[in-house]
Amino acid sequence: MTSVSERFAQLRDREECALIPFITAGDPSLKATGAALKALDQNGADFIELGVPYADPLADGPTIQAAATRSLTRGTKLDDVLKLVSEVSPDISAPIILFTYYNPILNRGVETFLKDIKTAGAAGLVVPDLPLEEADSLLKPAAEIGIEVTLLIAPTSPVERMEAIAEQSQGFIYLVSVTGVTGMRTQMQTRVGDVLKQVREVTDKPVGIGFGISGPEQAKQVKGWGADGAIVGSACVKLLADGDEAEAVKNLGAFCKSLKAVLTA
Amino acid sequence: MTTTPIRPQSASPTTVPDSLGRFGQFGGKYVPETLMPALAELEAAFWKYRDDADFQAELNGLLKDYVGRPSPLYFAERLTQHYAKPDGTGAQIYLKREDLNHTGAHKINNAIAQAILAKRMGKKRIIAETGAGQHGVATATACARFGLECIIYMGVHDMERQALNVFRMRLMGAEVRGVSAGTGTLKDATSQAIRDWVTNVETTHYILGSVAGPHPYPMMVRDFHAIIGTETRQQCQDLWGGLPDILMACVGGGSNAMGLFHEFIPEPSVRLIGVEAAGFGTDTDKHAATLTKGRVGVLHGAMSYLIQDEDGQVIEPHSISAGLDYPGVGPEHSYMHDNGRAEYYSVTDDEALDAFQQVSRLEGIIPALETAHAFAYLDYLCPTVEGSPKLVINCSGRGDKDVQTVAKVLGDKLG
Repeated sequence: MTSVSERFAQLRDREECALIPFITAGDPSLKATGAALKALDQNGADFIELGVPYADPLADGPTIQAAATRSLTRGTKLDDVLKLVSEVSPDISAPIILFTYYNPILNRGVETFLKDIKTAGAAGLVVPDLPLEEADSLLKPAAEIGIEVTLLIAPTSPVERMEAIAEQSQGFIYLVSVTGVTGMRTQMQTRVGDVLKQVREVTDKPVGIGFGISGPEQAKQVKGWGADGAIVGSACVKLLADGDEAEAVKNLGAFCKSLKAVLTA
Repeated sequence: MTTTPIRPQSASPTTVPDSLGRFGQFGGKYVPETLMPALAELEAAFWKYRDDADFQAELNGLLKDYVGRPSPLYFAERLTQHYAKPDGTGAQIYLKREDLNHTGAHKINNAIAQAILAKRMGKKRIIAETGAGQHGVATATACARFGLECIIYMGVHDMERQALNVFRMRLMGAEVRGVSAGTGTLKDATSQAIRDWVTNVETTHYILGSVAGPHPYPMMVRDFHAIIGTETRQQCQDLWGGLPDILMACVGGGSNAMGLFHEFIPEPSVRLIGVEAAGFGTDTDKHAATLTKGRVGVLHGAMSYLIQDEDGQVIEPHSISAGLDYPGVGPEHSYMHDNGRAEYYSVTDDEALDAFQQVSRLEGIIPALETAHAFAYLDYLCPTVEGSPKLVINCSGRGDKDVQTVAKVLGDKLG
C-alpha cells in the first residue's frame, strides 16, 4: 500500500495537483460508499478522505452534519466503516485517509484504533478537533504503527504556529481555506493564496487546501495558487446523497473526473 | 494576532488547571485549529485583566449596583425544621440566594464579566449558547447594558419549554437562533455556537456559560463565579464565626457548583456535594447523570466524563430541567470526582419536582428546576448527617421560568 507522503512525492514529480475527494461513510448506505470509493478511484482521485460519521461534528457545516446524522440513524458503527475499508482498499490505488473526530478514537483506545485502521488498509488520518497541543498522544503511536496523521493549519494560525504544525504534520498539511466550517461556498477567500505563501515559507511538505471548494472553478483557483492538493468534501457528499444510489455514484464519478481534468490541465 | 504565543502563559504550578488547561487528565483544548489563536488571545486577556484595577473596579461596581451583590445567605428555618431529627438535631440549612441576582440566577456573574472582557478585547459581536435560557438571558442582559450585538443559540426543544426566557432575550435586543439538530437541546446549541465562533472568530467573542468547553473557559468561568464562594465564606464567618460543613449544588455543566466550591477546595473539613440530573432514572437511558454513569471522552473542546455509547457517540441526555440536560460536565468536576475531593449523586425528575413544590411551600421560594435537584438530595443527605452541621445550598436560580413546565407535568394536581 502506498503511503500518503509517497503518493504526494509521485505527484510532485509529475507536477500534478492532487485531487482529494471526501465522502461520509454510510451515506446514503455502506454499499453506496463502497461503490463510490471505487468510482472516485477510477475517475482520478489521488487520495480519498473517508469521513467516520460522528454525532457532534463541530467542524462541519450543514451538508456533512446531515450526512453523518443520516448514516448514524441507519446504524453505522466504526466497525462497519473499518470492514468496508478492508474490503475496498485492496481494489483501489488511492490511499484512504480517515477523517474522524477524536472521541471515537479515544473511546476505542488510541493504539487499538490506529492498529485497527492500519489493518483495514487506511493510510492516513485527519482529526479536526485535535490541534497541535493535544496531538502528541496520537502522533507518537501513529508513527510507530505506520499511519500518517495530517494536522490542520487555519487562516487564523500565526506564522510561528504554522511552522510548529508543519513540522509535526505527516503526509501533507491540511490548509483550511476559510475561517469557518466545511461546506460549499461560491467564492474562495482570496487570502488563502497569501496564507499558502506563508506556509510555503516554513515548510517543504505538500499542502492540500480544503473547506469550501465546491466545483472545478474553485479547484482551478487552488491549483493556480500552487497548492499540492484540493480537498472537495460537501459537494461530493451532496451529489452522493441525491436520488437513486447507482445514479448518484455515477454522477460522483463524473464530477470527480471533471475536477481532476482541471487539476491536471 | 501574530504575536500570540504558541504555549500560553503558565498558571501557578500549584493550582489547576496547568498551562495547557489540564485538571489532571481532564480539560485541554480539543477544538478546530481556527479557534486556537482566539483561545490564546482570550487567555492572555483574562490574565491581563484578572488583576487589573480598572477592570476589577468596573466589574465590582456592576456586580454591586446592577446585579445586586452580595447575594444573601439565608437561614431556611422551615426547611431545617422539616428535616430535623426527633432529638432536634439535623442539618442547619442555609441558602446562598443567587436566585435574587438580577435576571434570577447565578449566570449573570460570568456574563457581565465576560462582556466587560469582550469590550476590552475590542469584540463587538457576542454569541452564547443556552439551555434553560438563564445564561442566554444573562448574556442578552449584559449585551444590552454594553450595547453589544448579541446572538443566542438555543435548541428548538428548549425554546418551547422555556418560551418566557426566549421572549425576555428578544425583548433585550438579542437574536435567538433555534437549533434543530440532534434533540434540539443544550448540546446542539453549544455545537452551533462553536461553529459560529469558528466562522466569525475575528469579530466575535463567545460567552460560554458553564465551566465547560476548551481552556481557558473552565478556569475563567469558575473564577468569575468564585465570588459566590468568597461571599459565602465571609457570611459564614459573620453568622457563626466558622466554615460551613457541607456545600451542595446542582451540576449540569457545573458552573454554580464550581462558583460555590472553589473557595473551599483547600478546606478539607468542608464536604462538597454535587447533584446531577437522573432524569427518568440512571438505570434507564433517559438521564443526564454524567459523573454517575458516563465514561471519559471529549465534548465541546474538553476531556471530561461524557454520556456516550459503546462506539464513542454522544448520547442525547434527558432531564426535565433544560439547564441540566447536557451529556458532558465541566472538567474540574471530573477531576474532583476522580480525586475524591467532591461527591456526586443524582436525583430523578420526579424527585426534583417534589423538591420544587416542597421548597415553594415551606420557604416561599420557587427554585429553578435545576436548583430543585440540589434540594431534592436533602431527602437522602439529611437522615445520614450527625449532629447539626451547617449546610449551604446554592440556590442558583429562581423557578419563574419553569412554572409552565411544572404545571404541565403536574396537570390536575395543581388544580
